[in-house]
Amino acid sequence: MMAKAKHWIEPHPQGIYVRPADIWIDPSVPKKSAVVTHGHADHARGGHGDVWATPETLAIMGLRYGTEAGTPLGYGEGFERGGVRFSLHSAGHVLGSAQVLMEYQGERVVVTGDFKRRPDPTCAPFEPVPCDIFITEATFGLPVFKHPPIAGELDKIFARLEAEPDHCLLVGAYALGKAQRVIAELRRAGWDKPIYLHGAMVRMCELYEELGVSLGELRLVMDTDKEDMRGQIIICPPSALIDKWSRRLPNPITAMASGWMRVRGRARQRGVEIPLVISDHADWDELTGTIRELAPRETWITHGSEDGLLRWCELHQIKARALAMIGREDGDDG
Amino acid sequence: MRRCAALVDSLIYTRSRKAKLAAIAAYLRATPDPDRGWALAALTDSIDFPAVKAATVRNLAGTRIDPELFRLSRHHVGDTAETVALVWPDAPDGEQSDPTVDEVVQALSATTRATAPDVVASLLDAMDANSRYAMLKLALGGMRVGVSARLAKTAFAQAFAVGIDDVEELWHALDPPYEALFRWAEEGGQRPDLSTTPFFRPFMLSHPFEGDSLDLGEYAVEWKWDGIRVEAVHLGGETRLYSRGGDDISAAFPDIVEAFDRDGVIDGELLVRGTDQGGEAASFNALQKRLGRKTVPKKMRQDFPAFVRVYDLLMDGDDDLRLLPWHQRRKRLEAFVPKLNPDHFDLSAVVEVDDFTALETMRAGARDAAIEGVMLKRRDSPYLAGRVTGHWYKWKRDPLNADCVMMYAQRGNGRRASFYSDYTFGCWTEDGELLPVGKAYSGFTDEELKWLDRFVRQNTLNRFGPVREVAKSLVLEVAFDSIHESKRHKSGLAMRFPRIHRIRKDKPAEEADRIATLQGMIS
Repeated sequence: MMAKAKHWIEPHPQGIYVRPADIWIDPSVPKKSAVVTHGHADHARGGHGDVWATPETLAIMGLRYGTEAGTPLGYGEGFERGGVRFSLHSAGHVLGSAQVLMEYQGERVVVTGDFKRRPDPTCAPFEPVPCDIFITEATFGLPVFKHPPIAGELDKIFARLEAEPDHCLLVGAYALGKAQRVIAELRRAGWDKPIYLHGAMVRMCELYEELGVSLGELRLVMDTDKEDMRGQIIICPPSALIDKWSRRLPNPITAMASGWMRVRGRARQRGVEIPLVISDHADWDELTGTIRELAPRETWITHGSEDGLLRWCELHQIKARALAMIGREDGDDG
Repeated sequence: MRRCAALVDSLIYTRSRKAKLAAIAAYLRATPDPDRGWALAALTDSIDFPAVKAATVRNLAGTRIDPELFRLSRHHVGDTAETVALVWPDAPDGEQSDPTVDEVVQALSATTRATAPDVVASLLDAMDANSRYAMLKLALGGMRVGVSARLAKTAFAQAFAVGIDDVEELWHALDPPYEALFRWAEEGGQRPDLSTTPFFRPFMLSHPFEGDSLDLGEYAVEWKWDGIRVEAVHLGGETRLYSRGGDDISAAFPDIVEAFDRDGVIDGELLVRGTDQGGEAASFNALQKRLGRKTVPKKMRQDFPAFVRVYDLLMDGDDDLRLLPWHQRRKRLEAFVPKLNPDHFDLSAVVEVDDFTALETMRAGARDAAIEGVMLKRRDSPYLAGRVTGHWYKWKRDPLNADCVMMYAQRGNGRRASFYSDYTFGCWTEDGELLPVGKAYSGFTDEELKWLDRFVRQNTLNRFGPVREVAKSLVLEVAFDSIHESKRHKSGLAMRFPRIHRIRKDKPAEEADRIATLQGMIS
């Protein structure tokens, strides 16, 4: 699989291992030393020894795993170990998400974690970091995936609520990142009514507020009268869309915010009535555009539809390889 | 096209019948002619553009995108038209022209096989992704948005507050884009006069019989023949043959059309005479050779002569019999059929049987290739359009069963795109080799599908594109209506209506059935 004699960076099924520094990036099992790109569960696991991450990611891990221990690094900040210089750079995926730049013996390697290029009111924009080896995700590494502008997606919600004012609109959105982004974008689009939350969303939204992302007035579904939610927008985790929980809502119309909603079969499988193509990952044009822009010597692909991106690289005579990392499935955080 | 595409998408995602009806009705009221008529025809698969083939669309993709990237995308999406719609490059902002449905229909109608690629490509260039999807589905003649003709007619009736029976009858008499139908419904215009035009009258359909017994004094018994249900119409000097859905299939059966020369409308079963069975009706297998043809070679007519076994008489001359009770229509039918050419028309006999117990015995013993079961018809029932409860029952003979071993699995289409939901299964030869005997993609629950999908993923031996070969360890009990000889398959067998009856996790694969056992079931 390896193109040449062992590189100082080794892809393993459980994460990326930086041998000279004896540090793992986003390991899926507890390790002595780990750099964590962002707070999603397939990248951030609890139980590591030393952890380096952005302060926001550490706070999110604290919320999820009960321990905030770790060395906070702001964007642009770094440290050195075993001759490798590590630094974190904004990835634009969710609040606190970072790319990891590593410099060793004159070679620059960037691990993106997950990233996107679209503007997002809840996190800092992606920073293009020039590098020799670009280790990228490819969640949406097929040309069918093109995320439309978010305004048109939100209009679907507004139009439906206007047509059926005695219903409520229930949006399934991943609890970390997607939910807060949808709320913030609804605010930008002028929705100033309270937004109602499933209980599982509350703590993460509060954390976002504490970290300086304002989300407007949020209320808990559990504390609200059924009748008061007619014509309102409610945010819940995707799993709650078909849960008994939703029976307390007045005639809910279900929507789901995910890049996967671009494909009709996927949307129908979820049983939602309004598919919202809203993603925190780079779409096909962003993936290929970023590789073009950075023009790395090599592109390595961690997870997602690696076949598609690999083929594109081949067509454009860009040296690329798939790392076939497991455990990073196309879950609800699309 | 954008509004039509929005309707198509909302129908795809809407589950409730009420909401579907409301969406269609709102579209019909808000959209001008002829767009709404074309859209209606598209939703009910009533228009088709033979010059545009699935291969045309597939090949077009290759003019805009690398074939390997298209293949990977198609594999993920599970549907060719949708994949093309999604990967097709968008025109720069402001350059999309959003053609009307009428413009799309006119452009597609005017194409030939040779011009189709250019025409479709320029339509794709003008549209956004959702319109591209709707247009390709329209061009390929299969919207598949869960809208039956009946639902569309109900929506039409609801939109303009007119009677569903009137809509039903006029609909089939008129051609898309149904401008006369809209004029009549919307403006209270003159009801179109149909007395001398040959058109399709909706079939009376039956419910499965699920009771324990019926009073045979009240219900008459007929065989249920295993062909295709047809309606033959001869009125105003013209003859038409319609299939169950109201499709005109005259071209495939010129022998029937030429022979039906008396004014009237009959309902019957289209069958093929089997030479090896003493002139009796042959199996459905034989009939299949004549289906779906645009032209029929003379040899085909000789080798597989078609005839109609007549069940009912809807019009005798220009006398509409549909409101008469069945026993009166039956008398008129018995007088009508002998006047027809006996090579192509015979009467479906009323089965004389003493009581229900005797009927049960008779049904169980019926293994004639062309008998699917029995029909129970209330003696006083009028001929009513659609599936009306309490009048007609079908009582199919029990299905056959075989224990087979799963060999290959393939991803489904559409909403099943992420599931391995189509299974090829086989039985053992005397030498202990497993040969495929059929393929099924239904009969299981959603829960079972999840289990089967997991089984496939965990027991994959080989991958061939979308197909996975699995370890030959899982026994599937397959139910099927009948089994026939077939040269198409290595096992020499072909099942009719195979479906997964049960997953036999308990049964070792070695104990699945042998090919020889299945050969013994050939009727």
